[in-house]
Formats: sequence, structure tokens, C-alpha cells
Amino acid sequence: MSAAMVVLIGVLFGCGTYLLLHRTLTRIVLGIGLLANGVNLLIVATSGPSGEAPLVGRDGRTDSVPQALVLTAIVIGFAVTAFLLALAWRSWTIGGNDAVEDDLEDRRIASERERAGTDVPDHEDVES
Amino acid sequence: MNVVLGLPLGLPLLGAALTMIVRARAAQRAISFVALGGSLAASVALLVEVARDDSIVVSRLGGWPAAVTITLVGDRLSAMMLVIAVALLVLVLAFAIGQRASDERSPFYHPVYLVLAAGLAQAFLAGDLFNLFVAFELMLMASYVLLTLEGTDAQIRAGTTYVVLNVVESVVLLTAVGLVFAATGTVSMADLPERLAALPDGVRTGLNLLLLVAFGIKAAVFPLFFWLPDSYPTAPSSVTAIFAGLLTKVGVYTLIRTETLLFPGGDSTLLLWIAGLTMIIGVLGAMSHLEMKRILSFHIVSQIGYMVMGLGIGTEAAIAATVFFLLHQIPVKTALFLVQGIVERETGTTAFDRTGGLVHRSGLLAALFLLPALSLAGLPPFSGFLGKLALVQAGFADGAHVIVTVALVGSILTLISMTKIWMGVFWGEVHPAPPEGREGVLRHHRLMSASTIVLVAATLAIAVLAGPLYDFCAAAAAQLVDPGRYVEAVLGP
Repeated sequence: MSAAMVVLIGVLFGCGTYLLLHRTLTRIVLGIGLLANGVNLLIVATSGPSGEAPLVGRDGRTDSVPQALVLTAIVIGFAVTAFLLALAWRSWTIGGNDAVEDDLEDRRIASERERAGTDVPDHEDVES
Repeated sequence: MNVVLGLPLGLPLLGAALTMIVRARAAQRAISFVALGGSLAASVALLVEVARDDSIVVSRLGGWPAAVTITLVGDRLSAMMLVIAVALLVLVLAFAIGQRASDERSPFYHPVYLVLAAGLAQAFLAGDLFNLFVAFELMLMASYVLLTLEGTDAQIRAGTTYVVLNVVESVVLLTAVGLVFAATGTVSMADLPERLAALPDGVRTGLNLLLLVAFGIKAAVFPLFFWLPDSYPTAPSSVTAIFAGLLTKVGVYTLIRTETLLFPGGDSTLLLWIAGLTMIIGVLGAMSHLEMKRILSFHIVSQIGYMVMGLGIGTEAAIAATVFFLLHQIPVKTALFLVQGIVERETGTTAFDRTGGLVHRSGLLAALFLLPALSLAGLPPFSGFLGKLALVQAGFADGAHVIVTVALVGSILTLISMTKIWMGVFWGEVHPAPPEGREGVLRHHRLMSASTIVLVAATLAIAVLAGPLYDFCAAAAAQLVDPGRYVEAVLGP
């Protein structure tokens, strides 16, 4: 495995993780694309030194199993990305933006907690 | 090629393809039931075969040697999980049809549901890590679609969290598979125990941790559980029931496989910490909520802790207890979500400030909630008590007093939050008032009620038949703690 490959995989993982930490779904999709390709390269890299043919019966042959694995992984990554893009599109048509929001119920409970410090009684008290 | 291993996987896939072509709803339903029924029959046949002579059934697709082909492996644990999963899929499908909600009316519901069934079957039968990854993807892709099928605002929001987190999990899993291959030159679970054992300690621990993180996200253990209570409550009840009953348990199943087969004698202190924190944080989350579906969602997390606890203790008795706990947990959890679905269908909500007094409208519905709820909390004589008793005994036998104490505290807190649901939804004034002349609840939802009653009866049957079932689980654990048998069965002549 060449040093350039190692650096490339590292950069893909790094940039992918950075993009993934954003709230905008479009960036997340891009980040996932980079991460998925980083992993694909990682698997290709495990098949041995570059430049060898994936054939049995030669010296220093490249292992063909990782290449079979990576083909499957590419197809799966493609499907997931397509689904995420559809999700981002739907989110954009509903809300006009594609930022990932906080959970409504979580926000409600958090605000209740703040008010409970002042004068509003606890929910359990209301119930009984 | 052993056909019993191929059918649970192949029939649902075939059914999915057919239901994509045939769009008539009645035909789709018929195809789904036939495919799942056939799958169930094959799974039961596998279970019988595995239980009869205590063997491990192996099928190498295409007849290639084990090192280069896709292997399907059925031992006691996977056969048991398969039967429970497929039976549950049939029941919940009946429930979903009875629900008369918009999700089952979508022409894509049945194909996706069947793909989910195929993915689950493959995950339980996969004989190598890469196929496990493909099975996860199959299952997850189907679950993404089911979760966001209606495309409402809340579903898209929660669905995004769910999809992104699970895609990250897939990336971690694929990385782990790649690195395992790089380190050992194989992904076959039968070759791996020997080759992983030969690796330096550091590499071994690293690979183990990567797999733990990947399966930990799937199983929703602390601190990787946060996506679950966030996304599950927005899905239709039938979908949440399947997710709650089965998807996280696949994570637990793979954790069991990883820790017993691939990395036996791994770091159990870490697992025990994870288990304790998962139990307590999960149940505290449940106690802070005021809506039935959310409370139940947090309980999924909390109960996963008990299974990880058994795995962390790691003795044969503890593994047996874990397997029994899995067997009890899947129907109980699903039954609770189905009851929640009936309540939601009847009153439009399960928030405590907008419901109440359902026990006055239908005593049977209240009983259908109460029986699995008490079982979940671990009160005798229900199956949850037996599962927890076995875990506690195994814990004391191994001297793990701290985690046992934490588990018992978690049980009490579970009982408190179940009481909270009881007070909020079933006790008190009838609220909201039913329409004029509408008596009872269950008679208006016959199919939903029937499948819930069957499931609750099954949870009671687990308690009644606990003796033979526990013997089966103990035999499954005996297979699990001896990886040599698995290796020999797969690689042998």
C-alpha cells in the first residue's frame, strides 16, 4: 500500500467526519459520501500491493475477495446516498430548509423544566 | 445446499419482488402472508433439526469450499431468534392490516416489510462478517423506508437522525470488516476465532472495540442509544413494534456472537459498565417522559442493558440467562407497543394529559397492558421475573454484586414508570369521552386486538413453559461458549 493511499484515506475520513457534524442535511450527505469512499479505498488497500492482477497462480497476486466486497459496498453506498438525498429533498419541500431540528418533545420537556423552577407546578401535581 | 436455511431468506425476497409487481392490496397481503408463512415453516423446521441432535446446520451456497463462499449457519441461538422474529413479523403484519392506517395502504409497505424480513433472517444466519454487513444494510434500508413512509414533518425530522446515525454505524461496521480482513485475510466467522487469537493484543482489542461500537449503535447501548428514543416514537405503531422487538435485538444477537465466537474472554469490565449505565440512564429517561410511546422507547434501551450484563458476566450460566432474557423480551416489548397502538388508534394520542380511564372502557385492554408491563418490570410469576432471576443468580455465582444491585434498582424504577403509564392512560376519569353509543374498545379493532391477544398469550406461555425453554437456552449457551463446535461444523468435511 502506497503512502499516498494512506494519506488519501485519512483525508477522506477526516473531511467526511467534519461534514457529518453539520446540521445541514446536504453537508451530511456529502460527508457520508466521503466517508463511504474512504472505507471503500481502505478495503481495496487490503487486497495487497497495487499493480498486481487478481488472478490465481501468479506470484504476488492481488487478493480478489476485497474487490468483490468493495463492489457490494459501493452499490449499498449508492442506494443509501440516493435515499438520503430524497430525504433532504422532502425536508426542503416541507420546511423550506434541510437543517436537522431538535426533538419537539425534548424541547417541550426542557422548557417545562425551566418554568418548573418558577411558579408552574409539576405535571404530576396537575394530574392528581 | 440445505433448503431449510435458504427459505427464510429467499421466500421474503421473492415475495418482495412479487409485491412490487402486483399492486392490488388484497394480492399483496396474500403474498406477504404466504411468504412469511413459508419462512416461518422453514424456520421451525430448522429449529426442530437443530434441537433434535444438538447439531449446527451449515449450508455453503453454490457448494464452494467454506473459505470462499457465502455460508449460512444455523445453531440453536440463530434458529431460536429466527423463529421468534418471523412469528412476530406475521403477527405484526396482521396488526398493521387491522390498524387501517395509511402506512399499510401504501403500495410500497408490503415489499419493504418483506425485505426487512429477509434482512433479519440473513442477519441471524450469516456465517461471515461481510454478509452480516449486507444483512444489516438490507434490514436498515427497509427500516429507513418504513420509518419515513408517510413523509410527515415529524417523521422526516426523526427519520433523518435515524438514517444518519445508522449510516455512520454501517461505515464503522464496514471499516471493522475491512480491518479484520486486513489483519487476518478472512471474514468467515469460522476461520476468524483461530486467526484473531493469533493477533497481537493491541490489534485484537482495537478490532473488538470497532465491532463493539458498530453493534453497540445498533443495539442502542449507552452512550450510543440517543437516536432510538428520538426516532422510534414518530413511526406508525406497527412499525415501532417491529423495530422495538427485533431491530435492537439483532444488535444484541451480533454482540453475543462477537463476544463469544470472535473475541472470547474479552474485556468484561467495559461491558458491565456499559450494561449498568444503559439500564439506569434508559430507565431514568423513561421516567422523565409523559407519553406512553416515548416511555416504552426508553425502556427498550434500559432492557438492552440486562442482556449486555449477562454477556459481560460471561459465564455459561450468564449467557444462558441472556438468551432466555432475549426470548422473553422480544414478545413482551412488542406486545406493549401493540397495546400502545390500539390506545393511540382509539383515542388519537397516548400523551398522559390527553388520555385516561381506559380501564373503565375496556378491562381486557388494560389487562393486555398490565400483564406484559409487570413481566417487563420483572414481577413473579411472569417471564421477566424468571429471566432476571437467572441473570441475578449467574451474577452472584460470579461475584458480580455491584452490577446485580444496579440491575435490581433498574427493575424497581421500571416498575415505577410502568405504574406511571397505568396511572396516565388506564386509571382515573374516562378522557377523552368516547363518541355516543361506542362501547368498549377491542371490538372496534378486531384484527389488532386478536394479534395483541395472541402475543400476550405467548408471553404468558413463556412463563408457563419456562422449564423446557430454559433448558433449550442453556443448551444454546453451551454451544456458544465452545466456539470449537461452530468452527468444526462450518469447516469440517
